[in-house]
This record gives sequence, structure tokens and C-alpha cells, in this order.
Amino acid sequence: MVDQAVVFETTDLSIGYQTESGLLPAVRSATVRVRERECFGVVGESGSGKTSLAMGAINYLSANGKVLGGTSRLRDIELTGQRRFQMRRIWGSRIGMVYQNPSTALNPSIRIGEQLCEVARKHLRLSRAKAREKCREMLARVAMPDPASIMQRYPHQLSGGMLQRCVIAMALITRPELLILDEPTTALDVTTQAVVLDLVSQLARESDSAVLYITHDLAVVSKLCDRVGVMYAGQFCEQAPVKDLYRAPLHPYTLGLLGCVPRFDPEGGKRLLASIPGSIPRLDALPGGCIFAPRCAFARDECGRSTPPLREVRPGHYSACFRWEELPTAAEYAHAAPAVPPHTEDRPEVLRVIDVRKSFPPTERLFGAGRTRSRSVRAVDGVTLWVRKGNTLGVVGESGCGKTTLLRAIAGLAPRTSGEILLNGEKLEANVQDRPRKVLKQLQMVFQNPDASLNPRHPAGRAIARPLRLLAGLSRREAQRRVALLLEAVNLFPGFSRRLPEELSGGEKQRVAIARAFAAGPQIILLDEPLSSLDVSVQASLVNLLTELQEKNDVSYLFISHDLAAVQHLSHWIAVMYLGALMEWGDAEDVFAAPFHPYTEALLSAIPIADPEVQQRPIRLQGGVPSAAKIPTGCRFHTRCPRKIGRICETETPPWREGKNVHRISCHIPLDELKRLQADTIARTQKSRDVE
Amino acid sequence: MIRFLGRRLALVLLTLLISSVLIFIVTQILPGDAARAILGRFATPQALANLRAKLGLNRPLILQYGSWLVHYVQGDWGLSLSTGEPVFPLVAARLRNSAMLALVAFLMYVPLGIILGLFSALRRGKIFDQVVSVTSLAFIGLPEFVTGLILIAIFALGLNWLPASSDIPPDQGLVRALPRLILPGITVSLVSLAYIARMTRSSTAEVLGTDYVRSAYLKGMHPLRVLFSHVLRNSLLPTVTVIAVGIGWLIGGLIVTESLFSYPGLGRLLLFAIQRRDLPLLQAITLLLVVIFSLSNLLADILYALLNPRIRYS
Repeated sequence: MVDQAVVFETTDLSIGYQTESGLLPAVRSATVRVRERECFGVVGESGSGKTSLAMGAINYLSANGKVLGGTSRLRDIELTGQRRFQMRRIWGSRIGMVYQNPSTALNPSIRIGEQLCEVARKHLRLSRAKAREKCREMLARVAMPDPASIMQRYPHQLSGGMLQRCVIAMALITRPELLILDEPTTALDVTTQAVVLDLVSQLARESDSAVLYITHDLAVVSKLCDRVGVMYAGQFCEQAPVKDLYRAPLHPYTLGLLGCVPRFDPEGGKRLLASIPGSIPRLDALPGGCIFAPRCAFARDECGRSTPPLREVRPGHYSACFRWEELPTAAEYAHAAPAVPPHTEDRPEVLRVIDVRKSFPPTERLFGAGRTRSRSVRAVDGVTLWVRKGNTLGVVGESGCGKTTLLRAIAGLAPRTSGEILLNGEKLEANVQDRPRKVLKQLQMVFQNPDASLNPRHPAGRAIARPLRLLAGLSRREAQRRVALLLEAVNLFPGFSRRLPEELSGGEKQRVAIARAFAAGPQIILLDEPLSSLDVSVQASLVNLLTELQEKNDVSYLFISHDLAAVQHLSHWIAVMYLGALMEWGDAEDVFAAPFHPYTEALLSAIPIADPEVQQRPIRLQGGVPSAAKIPTGCRFHTRCPRKIGRICETETPPWREGKNVHRISCHIPLDELKRLQADTIARTQKSRDVE
Repeated sequence: MIRFLGRRLALVLLTLLISSVLIFIVTQILPGDAARAILGRFATPQALANLRAKLGLNRPLILQYGSWLVHYVQGDWGLSLSTGEPVFPLVAARLRNSAMLALVAFLMYVPLGIILGLFSALRRGKIFDQVVSVTSLAFIGLPEFVTGLILIAIFALGLNWLPASSDIPPDQGLVRALPRLILPGITVSLVSLAYIARMTRSSTAEVLGTDYVRSAYLKGMHPLRVLFSHVLRNSLLPTVTVIAVGIGWLIGGLIVTESLFSYPGLGRLLLFAIQRRDLPLLQAITLLLVVIFSLSNLLADILYALLNPRIRYS
């Protein structure tokens, strides 16, 4: 790598934003060097300045943003200080961009073809016909089926994964020297993410581009990048080749971030995540000395006094820590977290869901005032499962698999169409409004987005006191006392009870929502992707909180998520859902070990594991999830199944095959056969296992 | 697209039918009796009964409604009770006048409103934007009779550039009438101009902040090209709807302005019909206004569908 030419380089680049509270130093003296054919990952949590760094480096800042110092260069051109009209010859031609959300990055009222051709015509000076030809070629290279018809479409007619491929095609049309990817897969499902990541790494290699990859996801970085820089509150704290960074991080923040990611570990016993205490400092109140020192478990007095510079401590490995030599390895650090006692088997059942279905009727409006849909949508199509006391059942699946509808049907928010739901053996009414208070008290819910589930005009204390007064029937004074205890239980200060949601951070809001769910003393809590809108380190502390609260209160969770690693970490039981039905179900350890259902297998191979030394066999699902209005016959997964064995998959509903304990897989292939086929789906390279 | 149009047209027809029933019932319930209104306070009961029979007022309501509607559709709108003239030519002449005023006003405020809105959006937060914002708010708040009077005071009475009265003779063409159309035109424009400018400003500002505009800039597009091919297509959508819906109001809703300038338009005729309890005239105008408003709403829907691919193809 070192002998290759440097394509893109920032030197001590500092960027600030002029705001009402003064000049905020969003990026401070950042140095990045990306060489030919190299992929450089910039990792950081929200507010770390990673996007500002990229945008500032290419001279595209909002009106209040400004480069305060340093330079950035693309080959021989100094980008800092270039005028806009000069940059217009570089943007889109020598620098390509791919954005976080493909459905907003493309203009909704212009055809895909026109949006692509625009670039070819402007920068490659092609005629209209030549440009169209070039675009067709480019769309074919990003593996779009039928490029000619895609070019005629508008963005809303394509799925997220297809749109992102169009954006990538648009970015690479001019064979740019630098490709900047800003969280390109965050808005996509895991299976689509895997396809897009494969594509990015293959195309970038083919076109010799240098890649700057911005993300919060350590796992994605470990699969794609050659070098990684970790940003914290506006500056780099560590830069290293990817393997070194994961094996032996030399900065406590990197160590903390790695500890926050639920480790995908088929064998290891469960333990809490090694989360980072505190939160990212505000840019207008940065601590003196090392900015990470207040949250650092390894800090000494000197760390608060002087600022450690980013320097090369080992060949190619830069760290901004005084005590880099004394840090444990990532594995040691993760294992230092307290272990969670293993769950005892055969606890009594709390919740049983029997053949629950939920369909949404076709809509037909007077004179076609809206969209019409001629078939009903079977969002949940016969699901049977149960949750035991003090246990967690995790339900995983891609978006559109019906997991949220299932949760809402159990909660009574989307009354089921048929089937039974039993809570402690008693039948529940379909509609939440018909359920007695006693039931409401026992069944609580935490929603995905705390912004939407907390009333913006009610202080936190009032939100938590409501179930106490309404469901637990406490007096006003008694409720006040309990609010303080609950806030303490979710690690918030009692003073938070007077704060409005807008005065809380995302993680704090979700803690309030969790406290509210626990207030009435429920037996089971339904968790609807409670972590997905939060930063890695915040996620980790919430995962720990949920684990501790479960231990203490002996409460059950039904947890739904698309994040396999989080589900594996939190759950005792796991159900895998596809297109409204369960595909596999069983003890967490059994589900994550061969034999897998082919869909589970595909999910496991698609999810990037934050460890460059874990080998995952690439299994890529083609196409998107079919519409729930047209569920395929036979096995509903047959249209995308890489292990389809023949016509039987298309015509007959597969049987439930029973494995170890209660492990069950719905597949036409016998379990022994599946196990034999799937022996190498996930494997740790032998060497690294020996080291551990 | 054909099916979409067909459905929309059917909806318009349904609206018209329901409105016609409502108009008919309401005008029947109004205090007063057509026969007495014609013959006056001292008519003998016999004369009243004769006239009622002649006018068909003794028949069941449903039959009266049916024949009224059939005649209406055929263009036979009856005789005005107050002037005795046929209603149709009277209303048609006034409709022509209203359309002339509407056209003049439209040509004044639509282009200007869009341009002001666009520049405010491009220069958000700067002086230009703030001036436009404050003045437009002021004009939205001021009723037409205030702005109209101010305009008359300045341009007619003070500077003596334009006539204060717009009472044009019947059949006068657009060109000869133009000087008398300018002041009422400006009065009407001031309210709508502000509305359109604010609408354009907010939607354009929103679009300028979107990710796809950032994409367009980072593709290296020239700012003018970004504006014309990426921004306007999306940002003018809500404005176009507001403009199209406004056409109905322009033709039929200018009662205050027309009265202020004594302009012989539909609005003033409507006022006249109400004051004289002239039922045939009142019914004819009201239903015509419903037609105009429905058509302008239809136009808005069609334009929106044409300009927005998400509606067109779904």
C-alpha cells in the first residue's frame, strides 16, 4: 500500500460552524491519506464530525460552515480555497459521492436515466445518445436487471437497494479518482446491504478509485476497508490497518466501541457489553487535555492536563493516547465485562400466541381518490410462539416481514384477524380498548422511536407517573416516589423527571420510555426495535440496562429487531420471520448453529461481523421480499432460496422439522442434510481461535 | 391517465348534482315567495294563485327541481324577476367581464408572485427575503376594500393616472377596457401575490434543502441548471395547485373589489340578485359559480397529476 500514490489527502484540516452559541469546532486538525485502490474507513458516532470532514474536504459546506485551517488535496490540486465554479469541474467528475439515503438522494420527479445522463453529458461531453448508451452500460455493471427500462423509471418505482445501485452507477460513471461513501447501507436491509457492499468493493477495485467510507458501523468497516480512522468529537483518536485495529486497538475509545458491539459468538457464554460511560462532549464545551479522558477507564492525572497528539506508535498505527502500551486486547476487554447468569430452563409460560393472523383488507376508494389495492395484505400469516417467564424471545426478519405487525397484534394496537393470544393462560381480547386494566398492566411496550412515543409537552416524570396512577392505582404522592426510583433504575438522575423530551438525548429518551414500560410492574414487555435509532455506545448501555432490569424484575421480553447480533445477545429464544410466517424457531444457541433454515443462513452470511478474522461464506439473496399481497405458494421463501431443491418447494408448504430441544425449521430439506451443507457458513479462521 | 380523468370528471359531475340540489332547496326555503315578489305586497290572493300556477310553483318540489335543472342544462335560465330580461345573456355578459378582470389580475400576480417567492427562497434570511416576507404578510392581512381605496386615493385621485371607476360599458373589448382593469387588477393581485410568493418561497426553500439538490450540486451541475431542472419541478407543485384553485375565486369571488370599483362582473351581479331576491338569477349564478370552482379544482388536480410522476403512475 505504502508505495502507491496518494490520491486524496487532508492535512490538519479544521472545520467550524458558526451558530448562535458561537463557532463550533466540528473537525479539528484531521489528517487523512487515501492511496490508489485503497479503502479508508472513517468510523464515528453521530456528532463525531465524520461527514463534516468529508464535506469540508471537498469544499461543500453549508452557509454557516467554514474551513478554519489546514488543507485538502486531490492528487495535484489543492481543494481548499477553490472557488465554486472551479469545484464544479471536480465534483461529479473526479469525486463521486454516494449518500446515506438513496430515496432522498435522487430527484423524485426526474427519470433515473436522465439523472444519470446528466453526469455523462456534463463531464464526459457525450452527446445525448452516447450518454444514454454509457448509462445503460453503467447500470448493467451495477447488476441492474433490464437497464433500459430502469432508465425510464422514476425513483419511487424502485426499491431502496436498486436506488442505491443507481446512485453508485451515477457516482462511478466518470471513473472518479475519489469515491466518497457516506453511510451508503444504513437505510438498507441486511441482505440488500450485503449485495451493495459486494458491489462497492468490486467496482471500486475495477475503476481504481480511492474510497473514503464514512460509517458508524464497525462491522461493515471490518469487511470492506484497508485502513480505518476512528473519530471522536471532531478529531481522530486512532488510525490503523483494519486487522491491527480490530485485533489490538491502541486507543481506549476504539476499545470501548468494539466492546459495545454485541459479539457474534456462537460459543461464548453471555456477558454484559463493555459499554462506555457518559456521552460525547458538546463541541462548545470540550474538556481540556485528552477529550476522551472523562469517559476513559484508563485515564490518569496527566490525561486531563495535556492533550495527547496523534502519533505513529507502531508502523502504520497511529494513536492519540498516552497509555496505548497498557491497553488490553479487544477480546480481553470484552471478557472483563460481568457475565450474565445462564437462564434456567422450563420456566412457566407467560405469553402464548396461537396461529395469529393479521390481514389488511384491500382498499377501494370512491372514484379512485387514492391508491387501489385489489388483494388483502397478509402481514402476519399464522404465527405460533410462546414466551417464558424471565426469558427473552427475539424475533428477527427484514423490513416488511411482519414482525412489527405481530407485535402490534399482541399489544392489541392492530387487532388480529384470527388466532388466539393467551397471557398467563387467559385469552386476550383482540383490541387493546377491550382489555381490562389488569391485562394492560401486565403487558407493556417500548417503541422504536422515543421521539414519537413520548408526548413532547409532558415532562419525563409525568410520562412515567401516568401508568403508575392509571394502571397501578397509586396515589399522587406514592407515584412521585416511585418515579424517582424508576429513574434511578434506568440510570437517570431524579431531576430528569421535570425535563421535557426535547431536553433529553436519544438514549435518555429511550431510558424514560423503558422506565415508563416498567412502571406498572409488567410481566412482559414488547420491545419494538428499541435500539435501532441510537448510536453504538448508547445501544450498548441500553442493552446492558435491559439485561439488568430483566434479572432484577424477572420480566419477560419479546424483542423484535433486524439486527441479528443484538438479538443474539439479548435473547434466550429466537424466532426467524419471513413474509408473515416463522421459518425457524428455537433456543438462541440452536438457531445460531447449523442446521439453519436457508433464510437464517442467508441472514447470517449477510450480516457483517465486526471481526476481520471471521470468515463468512457469501450467500446473497437476489431480488427483494415479495409483496405480502402476493405471498408465493408452497414455501414462501422459494423465490429467493439459494437451497431450493425443486418443484416441491413451489407447490407444498414445508413441514416443521424438529431438532434439538424445541428447535424447529420449516423446510423441505431434512435437518441432517442441511447441517452437512451448512458446515462452513460461519467460521473463525483457525489461527485466531488458537490464539484465544 | 384516461381513467384518472374519467374518475375526476365523474366526481365533478356528482359535486355539481349535489350542489344543484342544495342551491335549489336553499333558495326555496328563503323567506319570501316568488309570486308575491313579482306582484308586490298588494296583490289579490287570486292573482297570486294564478301566477303560482303559471310559474309551476304548485307542482311538487321534485318536479320543479327537475324542470329547473333540465332547462338550466339547455341554457334556458328563465327570466330575471327584477328586470324581466332573460337571465342567460345577462349572466354571460358579466361572466365575460369577470374573465377579463381575472385574466389581467392573473397575468400580473402569478409571474410576479413566483419570481418574488423564488428570489426570497434563494436569498433566505437576507434583507430581500425579509422585506418580501413582511410586506406580503401585511397585504394578506389587509382586506381588499382597504388596499383598493388606498390605490384609488393614490393613482386615481392623487396622481390622476387611472380612472377611479371601472364601470365599463357592455361589450367593451379587453384592450379598450384595459385602463379600467388595472386598478381592480392590482387590488386583487396584492392579496394573491403575497399568498403565491409565500407558497413558492416555502416550498422552494424546502426543496433547496433536500438531499437530491445536494446530489445535483455535487454532480457538478451549474446552479442555474440545478434551479431549473432539479428545484422548480418539485418546488412549484404546491404553487401550481394554489394558482389553479385560485382561478375559481378570481372569476366568481371578487364581490368586494367589483363593488368598490363598480365593475360589472359576476360578483356584483350576485350581490344584486341577493339584494333583490331575484331567485332565477341567484340560482343561475350560484350554480355557475359551483361549475367554475369545480372546474378550477379539476384543473388543479390534473396539473398536479401531470407534474408529479408519483401520482401519475400509481
